[in-house]
Amino acid sequence: MSASTGGGGASPHAPPQIRRRVEAGLARRYGRERRFRACGLLSVVFGVLFLGFLVFTIVRNGYSAFRQAELRLDLQLDSVTLGLGDRPDAGALAGADYQAVVKAAMGRMFPEVTERRERRDLGALVSASSAFLLRDRVLAEPDLVGRSVSLWLPADDAVDLLLKGHVGRSRDSGGKLTTAQLAWLDRLVAEGRAALRFNTAFFSNGDSREPELAGIWGATKGSFFMLLVTLALSFPLGVAAAIYLEEFAPRNRWIDFLEVNINNLAAVPSIVFGLLGLAVFIDFLGLPRSSSLVGGLVLALMTLPVVIIASRAAIKAVPPSVREAALGIGASPMQTVFHHVLPLALPGMLTGAVIGMARALGESAPLLMIGMVAFIVDIPATPLDPATALPVQIYLWADSPERAFMERTSAAILVLLGFLLVMNITAVWLRSRFERRW
Amino acid sequence: MELATGSTTAAEGSATVPSTGSGTCQTVGNIHARDPVITVRGCNVHYGETHALKDVSLDIGRNEVVALIGPSGCGKSTFIRCLNRMNDTIEGTRITGEFRLDGQDIYARDMDVVMLRARVGMVFQKPNPFPKSIYENVAYGPRIHGLAGSRRELDDIVYGSLERAGLLDEVRQRLDEPGTGLSGGQQQRLCIARAIAVSPEVILMDEPCSALDPIATARIEDLIDEISRNYAIAIVTHSMQQAARVSQRVAYFHLGTLVEVGATDRIFTNPSHRLTEDYVTGRFG
Ligand SMILES: Nc1ncnc2c1ncn2[C@@H]1O[C@H](COP(=O)(O)OP(=O)(O)OP(=O)(O)O)[C@@H](O)[C@H]1O
Ligand SMILES: [Mg+2]
Repeated sequence: MSASTGGGGASPHAPPQIRRRVEAGLARRYGRERRFRACGLLSVVFGVLFLGFLVFTIVRNGYSAFRQAELRLDLQLDSVTLGLGDRPDAGALAGADYQAVVKAAMGRMFPEVTERRERRDLGALVSASSAFLLRDRVLAEPDLVGRSVSLWLPADDAVDLLLKGHVGRSRDSGGKLTTAQLAWLDRLVAEGRAALRFNTAFFSNGDSREPELAGIWGATKGSFFMLLVTLALSFPLGVAAAIYLEEFAPRNRWIDFLEVNINNLAAVPSIVFGLLGLAVFIDFLGLPRSSSLVGGLVLALMTLPVVIIASRAAIKAVPPSVREAALGIGASPMQTVFHHVLPLALPGMLTGAVIGMARALGESAPLLMIGMVAFIVDIPATPLDPATALPVQIYLWADSPERAFMERTSAAILVLLGFLLVMNITAVWLRSRFERRW
Repeated sequence: MELATGSTTAAEGSATVPSTGSGTCQTVGNIHARDPVITVRGCNVHYGETHALKDVSLDIGRNEVVALIGPSGCGKSTFIRCLNRMNDTIEGTRITGEFRLDGQDIYARDMDVVMLRARVGMVFQKPNPFPKSIYENVAYGPRIHGLAGSRRELDDIVYGSLERAGLLDEVRQRLDEPGTGLSGGQQQRLCIARAIAVSPEVILMDEPCSALDPIATARIEDLIDEISRNYAIAIVTHSMQQAARVSQRVAYFHLGTLVEVGATDRIFTNPSHRLTEDYVTGRFG
């Protein structure tokens, strides 16, 4: 390298031609530096652009799912319409005809509609799920029978799409409502009885065949249980393994072999862990299929190598002078590790664990293997109940043809991204909280 | 490498130095101390292939400061690290010879390393306070060895140690601030306070002043003077002046052998061995 030899000779006594050579090289060096910096900046800009594009499309497709078209109906829950006797028991209440109550409420708002077919069209403005919601409400509060209540109930899919502007009014622009239905709807909107309201069902319900009823609460709880199991297992195990390997294990061929295998494990495709989980946890140990416990176990296996590698790196980064100081005044190796090395390595370990968790949260392939892809309506109450997870829910909805599921897919992705964001912010916060610069 | 010149000197000098392995003392001068607390006989250390110490024998006496001098890489650090078994932590180290602390075999199977390091404290070249508060730095040793029965006693130990290390007046108001926030010289004095807090019998110091300015160095030297009334001290130093100022005896190491031991004023005024003379007169290193 002529530049470096020139640099060495650039003392105050250097002959002028050497100094000129250095100056020529200097311009080249600066040029190279500028180009390198431009490259770096360019890649950052590209990254940000892609990310922005991704988030923008998802938000554009998904934000509307957070609102749902609903109709305010004045319902009269008299026993005659419900088809109930004098002293209805719980079984009778569950089997009562709530559909009729909803239809009657619609009919009272439009008394001029008498013809059979028209009445059916009118009833179709309300979602078929309204009857179930009403039933749940009455079962929770049996006193309501014989009284009248005013409730917001979900409108039909077609109304929802129209009010959100996803489809036009005419048939050619995708609208599914008849002229008469459009007129009724316009009147309801004008009276303030039809509106887009915050979609609580999306956040409080489990999965459903009806998009109006489908929510992510079941999947969220499933994911939560799974991450709990994963964290409880992979963090202590990973940290313990890392401490042993870094601080106590003898340096020999077995440990080297182990190291290579742990690094390999981190790169094994996640679906393989799913197959392993199916074989070991479900077929061999007989744990309940589709449960978030098994999901968490599988994800813990997957996360473990990541935690081990991150923790080892964090332990390695602790300056050896700290260990020497501790050993030097007579701390035992274990005291050295627990009093001095671990506190300094903890932020790095936590960051590694959170990154592993974030990866586990976004993982769907291994969960398909252990049956968490099933259609599950009930919200899991314990980690042993059948459950699904957020990414699997997204996968399921993305498969559904209905337009309303499409926006729910994007909305679920948004929620997932939100969780990931929260987790990563937690990682940053933990770092700054525990990492004191000394 | 500067050692290139050193190796030729060693080849010339080898005529006067008897070959190793004889078990007899090859060192010029008197290796014995009047009242030895540490005795080392025929110490050999190998780091894998490197023969770092060759048949070294030396005593360290009570209430005495022994300075270990010699060119870089000659095995001074290796020697003092043998005395509190800090070399145990280095993979592939082989140590042979006889090491005794108050007549007790340091490398005996039943010697408790934790106990040993409480009795033989160490101060390192680079100040390495724990990333904890100043108080915790000093309190840590007494706490893990269970030296204090109560908070009061612990306070007494901490304040006393800081006082003796000449640091108390500077840090009294900030005992709960991080020890790493002190200046380099203060950090080193904190490390000394930490070492004396467990009341060791011997303190090993590996170039404790090499990272410090002259004023901080002078303070540490005063401190060594002060504490040498109660402790035996082995100090590694590259500064001939420092060795002359603080020590009563000097040991000159060269390429793994202990060439000469003697009273400090004699070594610096009238060395017996040519290698020692070359070194202390500045013709070498
Ligand atoms: N951990 C180690 N592994 C292998 N060789 C080592 C190790 N530590 C020291 N050595 C070797 O042992 C010899 C003595 O080293 P030592 O650190 O004792 O020298 P020193 O006299 O303290 O030098 P300095 O004055 O530079 O600190 C050197 O040749 C060195 O290369
Ligand atoms: Mg050294």
